[in-house]
Amino acid sequence: MKVLVPVKRVIDYNVKVRVKADGSGVDLTNVKMSMNPFDEIAVEEAIRLKEAGKAEEVIAVSIGVKQAQETLRTALAMGADRAILVVATDDVHEDIEPLAVAKILKGVIDEEQPGLVLTGKQAIDNDMNATGQMLAALTGWGQGTFASELDVDDDTATVTREVDGGLQTIKIKIPAIVTVDLRLNEPRYASLPNIMKAKKKPLDEKTPADYGVDTTPRLEIVGTTEPGARSAGIIVGSVDELVDKLKEVGAV
Amino acid sequence: MTVLLLAEVTDGALNTDATAKAMSAAKMLGDVVILCAGATAKDAADEAATLGASKVLLAEDDVLGHRLAESTADLIVSLAGDYDHIVAPATTGAKNVMPRVAALLDVMVISDASAVFDADTFERPIYAGNAIQTVKSSDAKKVITFRTSTFEPVKASESSAIESVAVPASSSLSEWVEDKVAVSDRPELTSAGVVVSGGRGVGSEDDFKLIEGLADKLGAAVGASRAAVDSGYAPNDWQVGQTGKVVAPDLYVAVGISGAIQHLAGMKDSKVIVAINKDEEAPIFQVADFGLVADLFDAVPELTEKL
Ligand SMILES: Cc1cc2nc3c(=O)[nH]c(=O)nc-3n(C[C@H](O)[C@H](O)[C@H](O)COP(=O)(O)OP(=O)(O)OC[C@H]3O[C@@H](n4cnc5c(N)ncnc54)[C@H](O)[C@@H]3O)c2cc1C
Ligand SMILES: Nc1ncnc2c1ncn2[C@@H]1O[C@H](COP(=O)(O)O)[C@@H](O)[C@H]1O
Repeated sequence: MKVLVPVKRVIDYNVKVRVKADGSGVDLTNVKMSMNPFDEIAVEEAIRLKEAGKAEEVIAVSIGVKQAQETLRTALAMGADRAILVVATDDVHEDIEPLAVAKILKGVIDEEQPGLVLTGKQAIDNDMNATGQMLAALTGWGQGTFASELDVDDDTATVTREVDGGLQTIKIKIPAIVTVDLRLNEPRYASLPNIMKAKKKPLDEKTPADYGVDTTPRLEIVGTTEPGARSAGIIVGSVDELVDKLKEVGAV
Repeated sequence: MTVLLLAEVTDGALNTDATAKAMSAAKMLGDVVILCAGATAKDAADEAATLGASKVLLAEDDVLGHRLAESTADLIVSLAGDYDHIVAPATTGAKNVMPRVAALLDVMVISDASAVFDADTFERPIYAGNAIQTVKSSDAKKVITFRTSTFEPVKASESSAIESVAVPASSSLSEWVEDKVAVSDRPELTSAGVVVSGGRGVGSEDDFKLIEGLADKLGAAVGASRAAVDSGYAPNDWQVGQTGKVVAPDLYVAVGISGAIQHLAGMKDSKVIVAINKDEEAPIFQVADFGLVADLFDAVPELTEKL
């Protein structure tokens, strides 16, 4: 079975986000970009499936700007076998919407016929938490979202999901879409030799048109603003003072 | 305009708080019809009928048990023709289902909306709440989840009529195996007036009892940072943050939590924030109304006693 892993290039999670003064968006010029943290976990899980003999090939795919090549090289260095880059824009500030991403991924699935697709639960830039579920709809496959445990056999995937009340375990028919949560595994670092090797692994370039997908956004971004800042608080000197203050403001 | 609101029904029971909060957002868009779906959902529908909907739809079938995404999405799509907006509170249950519904209808989903401007225009936090985006949808139908922490629950009103609806046959793509749900007498995290959260600084599952003791003294829900959950000090459903629960209680007490942006994303709209941390440089102090630089193993027992 092939495993397909969509990986998104996003602002590094350690970078402090700055909203552009003209309200047109978040400033991504000369900002450190990395693989979406959830997608690292998805890549790791796919590689582990291969190592366990449950998957034959791991294919990483990214949709966005040309620079997402770097993100794919990271996936290849971690252990993915090959990569597909779908260049959908040349503007680093343009985010391709989950619906369009899902349609492109559906096109990739039609060509590659994977048994399993592992996406991240959520991209840390747009915080949509949607692409995997949308892809499951478009393929008509079952979905196991927010996975913190995954067990795969010939025709089913058993997924333990992190939900509001605790944990839920379900079985889904393969082929299936699984979206991964933070506690599924700890992704490995790519070793230097593997980074070198990754440079020689195949990386195909495509466009949305190759899959017949129109990426025109459905949601017009009217504006982007900074969240309201909290007014500065105070440091109290003791527990007694804390209790007094809390009583003063009626918090206890 | 008519709005279909997917009620939060778990094991036959209505999560009234989450549903009532989504209801106040939904009412800004037009007349609201509430959908209660589950293997059993009659009790939930009775309760939902007090939330001011023009009617309540009741869909009961075994295939809808455990909120499996495939069957629930098929049900909603079968009803979608009558509605301009299909909405739900942004719970894990709805976040599982609603994007699937949106893609089946060939529309984008608007996740975690925090304000309604008009029928097409919504606000939503992005980048862990470090930016707020206003989006205007050009889709024929809008599929939206509402961030519950930013809406007040509607008050109970006169009872609306309940109508049963047909449930499409199961696609049998998925099957429920088990739930691991901790039962607790404490208030639920996303509806609690007070939340006490512990982080990696608490150091062990055993010592998390200190946090729970303070919470119980305050009648509070217990939360945790990702690091505390990852380390096994606290269960996953206590995680507060960008990828956990978003809370906005009257009082939030952060103990042994450094204040990473991903944590702040889940609690910085709380009314009063208290931070207890031994590192005076910890970023949590930048959002705290009252900061106490202290060892939590001294401060928490003392605070629990003096409250
Ligand atoms: C994609 C992604 C998503 C994430 N989502 C979330 C999320 O939803 N929620 C979340 O919380 N995090 C999330 N994180 C993790 C986040 O970045 C931080 O790593 C995490 O919040 C740190 O938890 P912490 O503050 O408990 O631990 P630390 O940062 O290690 O802080 C521990 C604090 O305890 C203090 N301390 C230690 N001992 C004592 C003592 N005896 N007395 C008093 N204070 C003491 C220390 O001074 C320190 O400030 C996410 C990260 C990523 C990459
Ligand atoms: N542009 C993209 N390229 C590749 N994968 C993506 C892209 N956008 C979203 N994904 C995948 O979908 C997941 C969820 O993203 P989102 O629905 O945007 O929160 C991510 O973690 C990725 O696995």
